[in-house]
Amino acid sequence: MKRANLSRQRLAALGLLGIPLLTYPLFGLAVGQWGSWPAGYVYLFGIWAGLIGVAAWVAERKGR
Amino acid sequence: MNKKILIVDDEPNIVISLEFLMKKEGFEVAVAADGDEAMAKVASFDPDLILLDVMMPKKSGFEVCEALRANPPRPDLLIVMLTAKGRDTEVAKGLAIGADAYVTKPFSTKDLVVRVKGMLGVA
Amino acid sequence: MLLSGWFIALLAGSYLGLLFAVARYGDARADAGKSIITANVYALSLAVYCTSWTFYGSVGRATSGGLSFLTIYLGPTLMLLFSGVILKMIRISKAHRITSIADFIASRYGKSHLLAGLVTIIAVIGVVPYIALQLKAVAASLDVLFADGSGPLLPWWLDSTLLIAVVLAMFTIWFGTRHLDATERHEGMVAAVAFESVVKLLAFLAVGVFVTYGLYGGLAGLFERAATSPELARLMQPDSAKAGTWGALILLSGLAIVFLPRQFQIIVVENVDESHVKRAVWLFPLYLVLINIFVLPVALGGLMHFAGQDFNPDTFVLTLPLAHDAHLLALFVFIGGLSAATGMVIVETIALSTMVCNDLVMPWLLRSPWLRGEQSRDLSGLLLGIRRAAIVLILLLGYVYFRAAGEAYALVGIGLISFAAVAQFAPAMFCGMYWKQGTRAGAVAGLLGGFTVWLYTLLLPSFARSQWIGNGFVEQGLFGLGWLKAQALFGLGGMDEISHCLLWSLFANIGLYVAVSLNSRPGAMEASQAEQFVDIFRHGGREPDARLWRGSASQEQLVGLLERFLGPARAQQQLIAYAVGRHTSDWRQLPADADFVHFAEAELAGAIGSASARVMVASVVQEENLGLDEVLDILDEATQVRAYSRELESKQRALEAATSELRAANERLRELDRMKDDFISTVTHELRTPLTSIRALSEMLHDDPRLALDDRTRFLGIIVNEAERLTRLINQILDMARLESGRAEWTTGRVDLGQVAREAIESVGQLFRDKAVCLSSDIPPSGPVVMADPDRLMQVLINLLSNAVKFVPGGSGQVMVRVGVAGDAVRVEVSDNGPGLTAEECKLVFEKFRQGGNTLTDKPQGTGLGLPISRQIVEYFGGNLWVESHPGAGANFIFTVPLPAPEE
Repeated sequence: MKRANLSRQRLAALGLLGIPLLTYPLFGLAVGQWGSWPAGYVYLFGIWAGLIGVAAWVAERKGR
Repeated sequence: MNKKILIVDDEPNIVISLEFLMKKEGFEVAVAADGDEAMAKVASFDPDLILLDVMMPKKSGFEVCEALRANPPRPDLLIVMLTAKGRDTEVAKGLAIGADAYVTKPFSTKDLVVRVKGMLGVA
Repeated sequence: MLLSGWFIALLAGSYLGLLFAVARYGDARADAGKSIITANVYALSLAVYCTSWTFYGSVGRATSGGLSFLTIYLGPTLMLLFSGVILKMIRISKAHRITSIADFIASRYGKSHLLAGLVTIIAVIGVVPYIALQLKAVAASLDVLFADGSGPLLPWWLDSTLLIAVVLAMFTIWFGTRHLDATERHEGMVAAVAFESVVKLLAFLAVGVFVTYGLYGGLAGLFERAATSPELARLMQPDSAKAGTWGALILLSGLAIVFLPRQFQIIVVENVDESHVKRAVWLFPLYLVLINIFVLPVALGGLMHFAGQDFNPDTFVLTLPLAHDAHLLALFVFIGGLSAATGMVIVETIALSTMVCNDLVMPWLLRSPWLRGEQSRDLSGLLLGIRRAAIVLILLLGYVYFRAAGEAYALVGIGLISFAAVAQFAPAMFCGMYWKQGTRAGAVAGLLGGFTVWLYTLLLPSFARSQWIGNGFVEQGLFGLGWLKAQALFGLGGMDEISHCLLWSLFANIGLYVAVSLNSRPGAMEASQAEQFVDIFRHGGREPDARLWRGSASQEQLVGLLERFLGPARAQQQLIAYAVGRHTSDWRQLPADADFVHFAEAELAGAIGSASARVMVASVVQEENLGLDEVLDILDEATQVRAYSRELESKQRALEAATSELRAANERLRELDRMKDDFISTVTHELRTPLTSIRALSEMLHDDPRLALDDRTRFLGIIVNEAERLTRLINQILDMARLESGRAEWTTGRVDLGQVAREAIESVGQLFRDKAVCLSSDIPPSGPVVMADPDRLMQVLINLLSNAVKFVPGGSGQVMVRVGVAGDAVRVEVSDNGPGLTAEECKLVFEKFRQGGNTLTDKPQGTGLGLPISRQIVEYFGGNLWVESHPGAGANFIFTVPLPAPEE
C-alpha cells in the first residue's frame, strides 16, 4: 500500500492493544488493594494514561 | 679511469650481448639478474650508469629505479631503462620516476652505445 | 444573596453572553481568514461529548455501578486511535460537501432521499430525549440551588426549564444559522464549545479537589476510609460478572463518539485541517481522564457524607459544596453543568436541524407545486427560516419530552438508549466506506431492522417502565409469545438491557445489510458513489465524476439555482472562487461542462444536502442517464487506467534494470578490452625479448668481422636458440588462439592413454638424461582407453614432463608418471621432487605468460603458454587439469580424461 501511513498504523495497533487491556478478563485481575489504593481504579487510570502517553508520542513525533 | 656500467636483466642472452657490447667499448661491466641483486651490486660495484630492464622477477625495474632515486648512492648516477613493452604510458612512467633515458627492445647496438657514451660524456 | 434567583439568572445570562462573545470572535476571525481553530481547539471541542449527563450523571452511575461509568470514556479513547477511519470520513465529507451523518449515508448509497430521511428520523427519535435530559439536568441543578438558597422563587421561575429551552433555542439560532455555509461549518460555535469544555472541566476538577482534599484529606485517605465499608469497597473493585456489559458499553460508546449527530458535526463537518486529528487522538482522551479522575472520589465522598439521608447522587457535585456552605464553588459547579448542557444542546440541535431541513423538509418542498411556481425567488432566506424553525421545534420536542417524562425512568436511562440508537448507523457507515458491494437496499434494510429491534428492546421497554404503555410485551412477550419478551428475545436472558439490545440490533442490522446487499443490484449512481467513497484516497474524489456525467447544461440556469439557494452574494463569492481555481477572473468565460455541473451540485449539497442537490441540478440540466453497466464500464476503465499506470511503472522499473544490466555488460566489455590490451602488450613483450638478443648479437657479428671464433660460435648458438624460441612462441600463440576461438582441429578416436604416456616418456628421454634426472613410471601394460586426440594428449604429457624436468634439481631430480583409473575417468599424474608451488602459484601457473619459478637458466625454454594450452586441451575432452603442491614438497600435476560411456 503506497498510502499506508506508519504513524496511523502504529496508533491503530495501539488501539488493538488497548482493547484487551481495558476489558475483562485482564481488568478482572486488578482486585483488592495496591498499597492503600483500590487496584481497579489504579489499573484503569494507569493503563488509560499509558495509552494516551504512547499515542501522544506516536502522533506528535516529527518527521518519519 | 674507466666508467662503470651495471647491466640488469633477467634474460641471460640479453645480458651476454650487452656485457660483451659494453666491455668492447671499454667500460667496466658488472651484471645482475634481478632487482635485489641489482641493489646489492649498486652498493658494491658503484656504477656510473645502469642499464635496467623493467620486467624482472622479485623487483621490477621501476621499483629499483624508484629506490635508487629515493636514496641515491651517488648524485650523478645515470639510469637507462630497457623495456620490451613499448607503450607510451610505460615510457612516461619510467621518465617520471627518474630514469634518464628509455630504450625500447629490440634496440640498435650502435644507437645504444652512442647514447650511453653521450650520457657518460665519453667521446 | 449569592443564591438568589436574580443573581443566578444574571450569572447564567452573563455566562451565555460570554460564550456568545467567544463565538462571535471566532466567526469574525474566520470571516477575516484568520481561523482560531487550532489543533488544540479542535481537540477540546470534541469534549462536547461530555454533557451534563457526564457532569452530574457520572457520579450517580458511580454510586451504583462503581467503575463501570468509565466505559463510556474508554470506548472513545480506543475509537480515536483508529484515526485512519476518521480521516477517511473527513476526506470523503470534504470531497462531497457532506454536512451531516444523514447526508453521508445518503450520499454513499446513491444520494438517496429515502435513506437520508430514515437516518434523520432515527437520529431525531434517538437524540431528542437526550436533549430533554440536558434540560432536566439544568432544571434539577436550579432546584438544588434554590432549595438551599434563601431567595424566594419568582413566579416565572416556576417553569424555569421552558425558559432555559427558549434561551438555548435563541442561542442556537444565533450560533448556527448566521449564514448558509457551503460546508455548514461554524467556527464560532466550535470555539465556544472548546471554551465551555474548559469551563466544565475546571468546574468539575474544582469540586473534585474540594471533596477529595478539602473534605477527606486526599485521595489515599478517602479510599482508605471508603474501604472500611464493604458496600463502598465493592464500588472500587472490578466485577467479573459484568464482563459482557463492560465490553458492550465500550463498543457502544466507541461508536457514539463518531455517530452521535453532534460528534459527527464536530469531528467531521467542523474539521478545518486533517492534521488536527493527530492532536485529538491523545488530547481528547487526556481530557476524558481528567474529567473522570474525581468521579469515583466524589461519589464515595457523597455516599459517606449523606449516609442514611435521603439524597440524589446525581447532584452530589452541587449538594456536597452546599452542605459545607461553599456557595461560590456551588455556583461555579452550576455554571459548569449549564456549560455542559448548553454546548451539547447547541451542537446537537444544529446538527439535527440541518438534517431535518435538508433531509425531511427539503425533499417535501422540492416536490411541492408551490416551490416550482416560484422559480426565480431567492430561497436562501427560506432555508434559514426552515432551519430556525427546526431548531425551535427540536428544542420544543425536548421540552415536551422532559415535561412528559419527568422523573420517569425513560429520561434517566436515555443516555445509553441514545447511544444504542446511533450505533445503528455503524454498519451502513463503516461498510459503506470499505465495501463497494453495499447497496442502498441493504442499508435501508439494515437500518430499519436495527432500528426496529432497538425500538422494541430498548425504547419501548423504557416507556413501559415509566408506565406510559403496558409492559406485557416485556413481561410475557408480544401476543403472549415468550420468545418475544422485549428484553429476552428468543429466550436470551441474563443480560443487561443495553447489551441485549446491542447484540440483537446489530445482529439484525449487519445481517440484513449484508444479506440484502449481496442480493440486490446497485443503481448507476450508487455504484459510482461507492467507488468514490471506498477509493477516496486513490483519486481526489472528483476525477471519475466528470466522466460519469454526460449531458448539456445552461450556465445561466445553474447559476440561477445557486443564487436561489445560497443567496446572490454567497453564490457570486463561490463562483469567483471556482473561477480563480481555474485561472480566470470571470466565471462567465467558463464552459458549463461536467466540472461546472459538479461544482454547482457540490455547492448546493453544502446548503441543502446531496440528495436534494441532485434533484435540483437534474431539474435544470439535460442529462443522459447512464445505465449501471455503463457506469461500471467507466469505473472499470478507471481501474484499468490505474492498472496501466501500475504496469507502466513496472515496465519502467524493468527498463531501469535492463539499463543497469547493459551498463554492467558494457563495463565487462571494457574490462575484456583492457584484458585484451594487456594480452597484446604481454605477447609483444614475449616476442621482443628473444628478438632483442638476436638483433644485438647479429649486429655485433655483422659490425665486427674480427670477433674471436669462439665468441662467434657462442653468439650464433644463442641466435639459433632464440630463433627457435621465437618460433615456438609464435606457434603456441597461434595454437592458443585456435583453441580459444574453437577453430582448432581435432582428430578424435580411441586412444590408449598408457601407450601415449610411454611414447611421451620416450620422446623426452633425452632431456632427462641430459640433466641426469630419474624418470620412472607406473603405467598398466595396456589401456585405459579414452575417446580423444592422441597427438593433443601427447602434447599435454610432453608439456608436463618438460616442465617437471625444468624445475627438479639436476642429478638428484626424480619425476614419476602414473596412469590409472579413478572412478569414471582416467587419471594421469606427473609428480616431481622440485621446489614446489605456493597455493597462489598453483592457480597462477595456469594463466597465460605466467611462468613458474624464477630460475634464470631455464627461462628461455618456457613460453608461459604450455600449461594454459594443456588445460584447454584436457577440458576439451571433458577432463580437468590441476596441480597439487606445497612449497618444498614437489609438485604433482594431475589431469583426468573421462572414460567413454560403457557400450552394450
